[in-house]
Amino acid sequence: MLDPASPLQALDGDLASPPLPVELKGLTYAAGSKRVIDGIDLAIDSRRITAIMGPNGAGKSVLLRLMHGLIVPTKGEILWAGRRMDRLTTRRQAMVFQRPVLLRRSVAANVSHALGLRGVERRDRAIRVGEALKLAGLEGHASTPARVLSGGEQQRLCLARALSLEPDVLFLDEPTSSLDPASTLAIERLLLDAQRRGIKVILVTHDVGQARRLAHDVIFLHRGRAIEHQDAESFFAEPRSEGARVFLSGGFVL
Amino acid sequence: MTDLIDAFRRAVGLIVTLDPKLVEILILSLKVSLSAVAIASLLGFVIGGALAVYRFPGRGAVAAILSALMGLPPVVAGLVVYLLLSNVGPFGVLQLLYTPTAMIIAQVVLVTPIIGALTRQACQDLLEEYDEQLRSLGASSSAIVVTLLWDGRYRLITAVLAGFGRAIAEVGAVMIVGGNIDHVTRTMTTAIALETSKGNIALALALGIVLLALAFAVNAALIGVQRLATRFAYA
Repeated sequence: MLDPASPLQALDGDLASPPLPVELKGLTYAAGSKRVIDGIDLAIDSRRITAIMGPNGAGKSVLLRLMHGLIVPTKGEILWAGRRMDRLTTRRQAMVFQRPVLLRRSVAANVSHALGLRGVERRDRAIRVGEALKLAGLEGHASTPARVLSGGEQQRLCLARALSLEPDVLFLDEPTSSLDPASTLAIERLLLDAQRRGIKVILVTHDVGQARRLAHDVIFLHRGRAIEHQDAESFFAEPRSEGARVFLSGGFVL
Repeated sequence: MTDLIDAFRRAVGLIVTLDPKLVEILILSLKVSLSAVAIASLLGFVIGGALAVYRFPGRGAVAAILSALMGLPPVVAGLVVYLLLSNVGPFGVLQLLYTPTAMIIAQVVLVTPIIGALTRQACQDLLEEYDEQLRSLGASSSAIVVTLLWDGRYRLITAVLAGFGRAIAEVGAVMIVGGNIDHVTRTMTTAIALETSKGNIALALALGIVLLALAFAVNAALIGVQRLATRFAYA
C-alpha cells in the first residue's frame, strides 16, 4: 500500500506491517458526568468491513472519533497492532464524516490539499488526484467548485479523497444517511472495492439494509457499551442481546 | 443658493480638468491609506488566523480587545501614535511626526483591529466546519491557519475593503500625526476640513465628491465579491 520511500516505513519498521488487530481496553469517554463510552473491551482483527450499529446516543460516533484519535479517552486505551495510538498510527487512517466536509476550492484542489497535508510530494499529487476523481466518477469536474456538487457527488468526493491517502483503516460515520439510493449504492460499491484492496473499513450505520449488504461483523452499542460483537450473518439471524433484537425489529430500544 | 450652485459647478470643473492640486491630494491620500491597509492586512490575517486556531491562556480576552478596538476613535489612534512619535516619546528620535509615514502608522493602528477581528470571525466560522476533517487529515495548527485564510479569502477581501473604507474616510488620526501640511501631509479629509473653514467651498466639495465616489466604489466591490463567492458556493 505504502510507497517504499515513505517516511513512515523508514521511521519505524513495525508500521509497515498491518495495523490490525485493534484492541480497545476498558475504553471510557466521559462528557461531564455522563459516560458516553462506558468501558468497552473489544478486538477487531479482520481486514473486512465492520459495522457499528446502535440507537441514537449509543456512542457510535464518539467511539469512531476515539479510534481515529480525534478525541482522547478519559480512561482505557486503544492499541493498533499492539502499538498505542499516536500521530503515526493516525496517519495510516482516514475518515469520512456524516456531512461531507469540502473546502471552498475546486474538486481537484480538495484532493490535492489533503495529499499535501499527508506529505505527498507536489509532483506525485496530480496522478493521485486523477485516480481519485476517476474513482469518484468526477473526472469531468476537476475544476468545478466542490461545494456546487450534489450531495451524493460531494460524499463520493470525500470518500475518494480519503481513499487517495491510501489508508490502512477507513472510518465512516453514517456516510449515506442523507443520500438517495443511487448515491448510497455508489458509496457502497466504493467501500466494497476498498475492502477488496485490503483496506480495513469501520462503518457506523443506522441503515440495517446497508449493514446487511456490507458488513462481515457487527458491533452493537447500547448506552456506551458494546453489548454484542459477532459475525454479521449470525447477528442478523439471531441477535444475542435483547437490545439488538428490538433494534433490528424496528422497535424502540430503551 | 446661487453661490452653492456656482461652487458645485467649479468643483465639477476641478475634477473634470484634473486640477493638479486636487490630484496631488488624492494621490497622497491613496498612497497613505493603501499602504496602511496593505500592512494592516498582513498583520490582521496573521493575528486573526492565529486567534481562531491556537489555544492559549487569555485568548478570549485578546479577541475581545481586538473586537473592541474596531471602534477605536481615529483621534485616539492619532493621539497615541502622536505621543509615541513626538520628541518626548519613545520613537521621537526617528523624527517621523508630520510625515506620510506617521500617517500610515496611525492608520495601521486604526485598521489592523478591523481586519484582524473580521479575519478571526471568518476563520472561526470555517473552523467549526473544518476542524475534525483537517485534524483527521493530520494538519498542524499552522497548516490549519493557512487553510482557513485561503478558504475564507472572499470574506478576507471584504474585511480589507472595510478597512480601506475606514482608512480613506478618517480625518482625526491623519490630522493629528500628519499636521495637514500643504504638499506633504494634506489628505482629502484634512483638506476638506481646512478648505471648508477657509471658505474655499469648491475645492472642499470637489474632494468630497471624489471621496464619495470612492466610498461607492468600495461598496460596489464588496457586493461584487459577495456575489462571486455565492456563485461558487464559497460564501
